[in-house]
Amino acid sequence: MDASKSSLPAGVGAVAADRARAVDFLTRRDRFRAAEALPWLLAIAAYFIFPDQMILGGQTLIMILFALSLDLILGFAGIVTLGHAAYFGVGAYGAALLITDLGWNEPLSGLACAAIVAAIAGFLSGWLLLRYRGLALLVLTLSTTIMLQQLGNLFRDFTGGYDGIPGVTIAPLFGHFDYDLYGHTYYLYCLGVLLIAFYVVRRIVYSPFGEALVGIRENVARMHALGSPVHWRLVVAYTISAALAGVAGALFAQTNTLVQLGVFDFDQSAAVLMMLILGGAGWLYGGFVGAVLYMVLQNELAKISPEFWQFGIGLLLIVVVLLGRHRVFARLVNIGRLLPWGVRR
Amino acid sequence: MSAPALEIRNLYKSFGAIQVANDINLALPRGARHALIGPNGAGKTTLVNLITGRVRASAGKVLLDGEEITSMSQAGRTRRGIARTFQVNQLFRNLTVLENVYLAIGERTRVCNRLWRSAGSETAVIDEALDHLQSLELVTDARRPVRELPYGRQRLVEIAIALAQRPRVLLLDEPAAGVPSSENHLILDVVSQLDPNITVLIIEHDMDVVFRFASRITVLVAGAVLTEGAPDEIAADERVRSVYLGERREGRRG
Repeated sequence: MDASKSSLPAGVGAVAADRARAVDFLTRRDRFRAAEALPWLLAIAAYFIFPDQMILGGQTLIMILFALSLDLILGFAGIVTLGHAAYFGVGAYGAALLITDLGWNEPLSGLACAAIVAAIAGFLSGWLLLRYRGLALLVLTLSTTIMLQQLGNLFRDFTGGYDGIPGVTIAPLFGHFDYDLYGHTYYLYCLGVLLIAFYVVRRIVYSPFGEALVGIRENVARMHALGSPVHWRLVVAYTISAALAGVAGALFAQTNTLVQLGVFDFDQSAAVLMMLILGGAGWLYGGFVGAVLYMVLQNELAKISPEFWQFGIGLLLIVVVLLGRHRVFARLVNIGRLLPWGVRR
Repeated sequence: MSAPALEIRNLYKSFGAIQVANDINLALPRGARHALIGPNGAGKTTLVNLITGRVRASAGKVLLDGEEITSMSQAGRTRRGIARTFQVNQLFRNLTVLENVYLAIGERTRVCNRLWRSAGSETAVIDEALDHLQSLELVTDARRPVRELPYGRQRLVEIAIALAQRPRVLLLDEPAAGVPSSENHLILDVVSQLDPNITVLIIEHDMDVVFRFASRITVLVAGAVLTEGAPDEIAADERVRSVYLGERREGRRG
């Protein structure tokens, strides 16, 4: 190693060893671990074990993708938003209008279009809003989403207003695989898209850019003092996050064959935030844990009590958040610190 | 004659009715070792904030190597070569020591623009970070989160970050503040061994350190320069004694 750089002959070996260990720490932390296959194996297992639950399964995968997109900005860059549904909605409408107005129904290029439209929306709003933080940002993101919803209502000739856009039917996947009533094809389609999106987010998080995002989350004053273009870093992250949320929205439109203005509801922004908090923000897998927990619980609670299922979700969230503030429990909740993979933050 | 590395001309700043910088003039030639002293609330940290652009001046000029930077952003000034340490640690407490310095280098070299490469594959950045840590004997702690380090070593990380920015002008805001006296020699050694090409402005309360380190001293009182001079002139100045030195000790020791 670089032992020659040390000026002290004694302890040269020890310093070199420390250097090597430090280098290892950074170069190895983003290697794929065997344990990281677990969520994916479970998703595939679910396909075979619960063949009659694949519609719920597909919707859960979409929410995982949505939560993952939020994790990039909230968990890593520390941007707290109550308006992430905006980009989900823009993506959903983008994908739907592409089919109903332009007659282009190839699904994958539809996702790409939705991603681009949502990215543009994310870039413009991010450029304006990310000058603010905290409460101001919460209100601004919330208002943006409400305004988008009302724009959709205003141009109802174009968007169908609150009735929405029906007939969002996509061509067979790869021109080959058609969709069955039980959602099997949709499930695998969503799983494939989620896998690609996850790879993208994981790479970004472990890049020097991702390191800078964490720096902004941890101490923005220091990042300014380091000469970091903080605003631009946040805008870039926000744009990518919006694009991924847009893909989630597009999948939602394609698999439901219908989009309504409800995709912009405050409930949507709140639900994805709850999922991420339930599963833990900032370790990439929070969306997986949280969305599965939320969707399954919602499904089961709704069976017990169709009107009051949200009570159960609310209760769970209170328990998680309150216990999460407790030091000892925080260590348990922050599974990230216990599991052997990828989790530094 | 070349322009001073850092120059401040007729600088004013007020927060509402409170005048925190009142017609401050200062010129530091390249490689200067300049100390800024004054009682609490004299506006020393504010002056550092004005120089780095963290706070904008109400009037006056800041020049770096003769070039005006008054209207430049904090990030812009940092890129021109101004670095600082903070009186109270401004570190990434939950990140490792190595990552703290990595970020300083990554932002300086723009490596942090890269979002499709692994942070661990930027070996040039990691090597340089480790060189800085090695020179401050921090390599053993490289993989530890900063929050786990004793305060004195955290102060060293603060300095490591500033040095990793490769500054032309370095502003040290009480580098040994809060460090137990048994450990502060570590920091003072580092400060006294800084590259002579770096222009250094240091805020310090400990007069021993000031008189040992600085070749020039500016005394700031209530936002204005009371006087400026060589250490022995300052030590002999009656006004300085009355407003500042007298509070603590009888001037210079030894």
